[in-house]
Amino acid sequence: MQTPLLEMRSITKTFPGVKALDDVTLTVREGEIHAICGENGAGKSTLMKVLSGVYPVGQYDGEVHYAGHRAAFHDISESEAEGVIIIHQELALVPLLSIAENLFLGNEVQKNGVVNWPETYRRTESLLQKVGLKDAPTTLVDKLGVGKQQLVEIAKALAKDVRLLILDEPTAALSEADSQALLDLMLELKAQGVTQIIISHKLNEVRRVADTVTVIRDGQTVSSFGVSDGITEDRIVRDMVGRSLENRYPPRERRIGELLMEIEDWTVHHSEQADRRVIHGVDLNVRAGEVIGIAGLMGAGRTELAMSVFGQSWGQGISGQVRMRGTAADTSTVGRAIAAGLAYVTEDRKSLGLVLDEEIRRNVTLTNLPKVAKGPVLNHNEETRVSEGYRGSLNIRTPSVFQKVVNLSGGNQQKVVLAKWLFAEPEVLILDEPTRGIDVGAKFEIYGLINDLAAAGKGVVMISSELPELLGMCDRIYVMNEGAFVGELSAAEASQERIMSLIVTE
Amino acid sequence: MTFAGQTQTKSAEAPKTGIGAYLSAHLREYGLLFALIAIMAFFQIVTSGTLLRPINLTNLLLQNSYIIIMALGMLIVIVAGHIDLSVGSVMGFVGALAAVMIVRWDQSLALTAVVCIATGALIGAAQGYWIAYWSIPSFIVTLAGMLVFRGLSLWLLGGESVGPFPREFQSIASGFVPDVLPGGAAMAELFGLRNFNMLSFAIGLIAAGLVVWSGLGKRAQNRKYGIEDEPKAFFVARIGIVALALVFVFFKLSTFRGLPNVMITMGILTVIYAFVTEQTVLGRRVYALGGNRKAAKLSGIKTERLTFLAFVNMGALAAIAGLVFAARLNSATPKAGFALELDVIAAVFIGGASMSGGVGKIVGAVVGAFLMGVLNNGMGIMGVGIDYQQMIKGLVLLAAVIFDVYNKQKG
Repeated sequence: MQTPLLEMRSITKTFPGVKALDDVTLTVREGEIHAICGENGAGKSTLMKVLSGVYPVGQYDGEVHYAGHRAAFHDISESEAEGVIIIHQELALVPLLSIAENLFLGNEVQKNGVVNWPETYRRTESLLQKVGLKDAPTTLVDKLGVGKQQLVEIAKALAKDVRLLILDEPTAALSEADSQALLDLMLELKAQGVTQIIISHKLNEVRRVADTVTVIRDGQTVSSFGVSDGITEDRIVRDMVGRSLENRYPPRERRIGELLMEIEDWTVHHSEQADRRVIHGVDLNVRAGEVIGIAGLMGAGRTELAMSVFGQSWGQGISGQVRMRGTAADTSTVGRAIAAGLAYVTEDRKSLGLVLDEEIRRNVTLTNLPKVAKGPVLNHNEETRVSEGYRGSLNIRTPSVFQKVVNLSGGNQQKVVLAKWLFAEPEVLILDEPTRGIDVGAKFEIYGLINDLAAAGKGVVMISSELPELLGMCDRIYVMNEGAFVGELSAAEASQERIMSLIVTE
Repeated sequence: MTFAGQTQTKSAEAPKTGIGAYLSAHLREYGLLFALIAIMAFFQIVTSGTLLRPINLTNLLLQNSYIIIMALGMLIVIVAGHIDLSVGSVMGFVGALAAVMIVRWDQSLALTAVVCIATGALIGAAQGYWIAYWSIPSFIVTLAGMLVFRGLSLWLLGGESVGPFPREFQSIASGFVPDVLPGGAAMAELFGLRNFNMLSFAIGLIAAGLVVWSGLGKRAQNRKYGIEDEPKAFFVARIGIVALALVFVFFKLSTFRGLPNVMITMGILTVIYAFVTEQTVLGRRVYALGGNRKAAKLSGIKTERLTFLAFVNMGALAAIAGLVFAARLNSATPKAGFALELDVIAAVFIGGASMSGGVGKIVGAVVGAFLMGVLNNGMGIMGVGIDYQQMIKGLVLLAAVIFDVYNKQKG
């Protein structure tokens, strides 16, 4: 058997407090397309960062062997020099430069600092031909759709004499037709001898192009097999999610009451592209004392759904009905949504949830300042008293509410965001990834708080990418994919396999 | 002290490591005060006492009154995360409008004042509209405004100075509050002076008393909630210095002509704006808007409207400054207010505001303006050339901001 092009042996990478990769092994043969599958947060991206030198040699344990020698990349430029090129999910193109300028960015065809434009355009044209793009080299990247931009990225990789091309969820943002074109291109590149690694959730695509599949879960390699070995999608799904429910979820006495909120036929268009529909006629309801979940992969449209409902904070061309306790509610601005009894706890607490440089108490009261004021004048004592109350009841670990939020840990910051929204006295709370990036202990506390909220008769809508969390917490789970609900499962029916297969087999 | 459960109790607060640590943590707040004192002491010495002579002190206040008035508005604009480059031009334009209304059209002072302030607010609204609702960068909108209103004042004045104003109008800037309290003569005799303004001195004592009283109140409250324990020595020194300085300044003013009218305007505005920014819902929302616009918006704050109002307010204050400036010069000139926006902005940044918004205090901006004013005045007395003056002011601004950034990185 020939030596593989790439061998990653026993890769272990730890971040403070977290083992992101634990003894991962990956073997990629020369000339194949190798798929890496796994849930969000399984460690796929971390593994690729180790490979490309984003995490330089020495910051991880284990060995990387590439093209027959021990590779010790210190940064991306070193790995690129040897032909290892990653195309990230978020495209790294400069929108206001032309295709040609982008292709040779940092790698200009030049002599003594002067760009040789005729040669640049000549090379660009031949590269564009290879990826099947017919636009002129002078076209601004801005003017291209996402699909074509993806092709430009690949052309850019080819311009650098790629030997191992890594595509991170290349079709996530593409339409069906664009996806097919991209997959065809991948097969064509393979015929030309370019080895490729594709990270994807879409098993039909994996089966179509990949020769080998490696499944990663919780930072460990679970399995690796050839696609021709008659592997079913079920098997891959099981490997992807198959962890036992070892996390504990605090028990809750389920007392489900009246209907609190109903969303009907909710349709939203993209905030920048008015003709692109992002949410397709979604129906949702939540009752008092009920915790419902919205499962789905990143990019399924869960955050967009939540934010568009909450004061139309995202998107345009929004249509549909929101009813609170049976009567139509106006949620067209954040102020009105709050008045209607809604709260939205953002997934991005640092940039959307908190004023980091301000004190805890000043963050807590922000949603409902008049409550701690007499007319226009603030009552600082009352503000302090209220915030101290939340510090106690939510167990926010900090010496006092006069601490700046920026100095708190992730879990405690999350509690401040929760406190802030509890202070607004909502009936329905939409929690978007409420436990992202916080440690296990804090997670458990947050789960407890969610249970308390439900017990107090609030409706909770929980958006999460962690399936076990949804399964452990929710009474009902909606499964979302590509902007639409593709299923609704009761707690009894729901399992990771069922949810995953609803997602992957559209 | 036990270690168990430490994180949840007050006793777990960062251990006090003495006055040095406290000072380094709060260097910025004290730094500004110390810098002002140091600079005043320096000029007092090198000008052999001229700086703090009653007549010069009075001048110092008059010279800087319009900068301070505009700095109040600029502080809010900068805290909201914006900038206003047009205030110098707007000030000049409103002064020109006042001159034309009074001198050429013979309108009453009251009407003129109302129309001028409304015009300023309208100008602010016109600029704020594009900034708030169209998200046009404030730098661009107000740069355009700076050119437009500079041109408009030239046009309005026909390229020449208009003046002089009637006496009542001049008194906005150069008048003094008459002494209504008895005992002035006795005090004059006691100190061996020609005259003594009892009212001014009394107000100085009251102001100093208020500083001490509110300082004690705040300290008691901080104690109650267990926030930052300012070492007692620092508290006493800080409050003592401020109170004594107030008494000293007012005493000096009393021995000249008493309280300038404009100082009353300035004092009242400063108190109002300090109150609004620190004690009201409106003020709090401005800080949240500047600290994190998206988070503020998602918290239900009408960020666009607040931004708009910040500029309306700025325009109105620039108009008031324009009236004061015209009254002080006793004429409106096409050059009035030229490049003054830079002094105002510099004052706010020296006063500790942050370019990225969300940080800054009214008192800081006022002290910053005074600091610039003392530099101007002191160097003027020393006969330092305008060339050096500009260079020194520039370097002071740079040093203040570097000091801020350094402090933040270290913290």
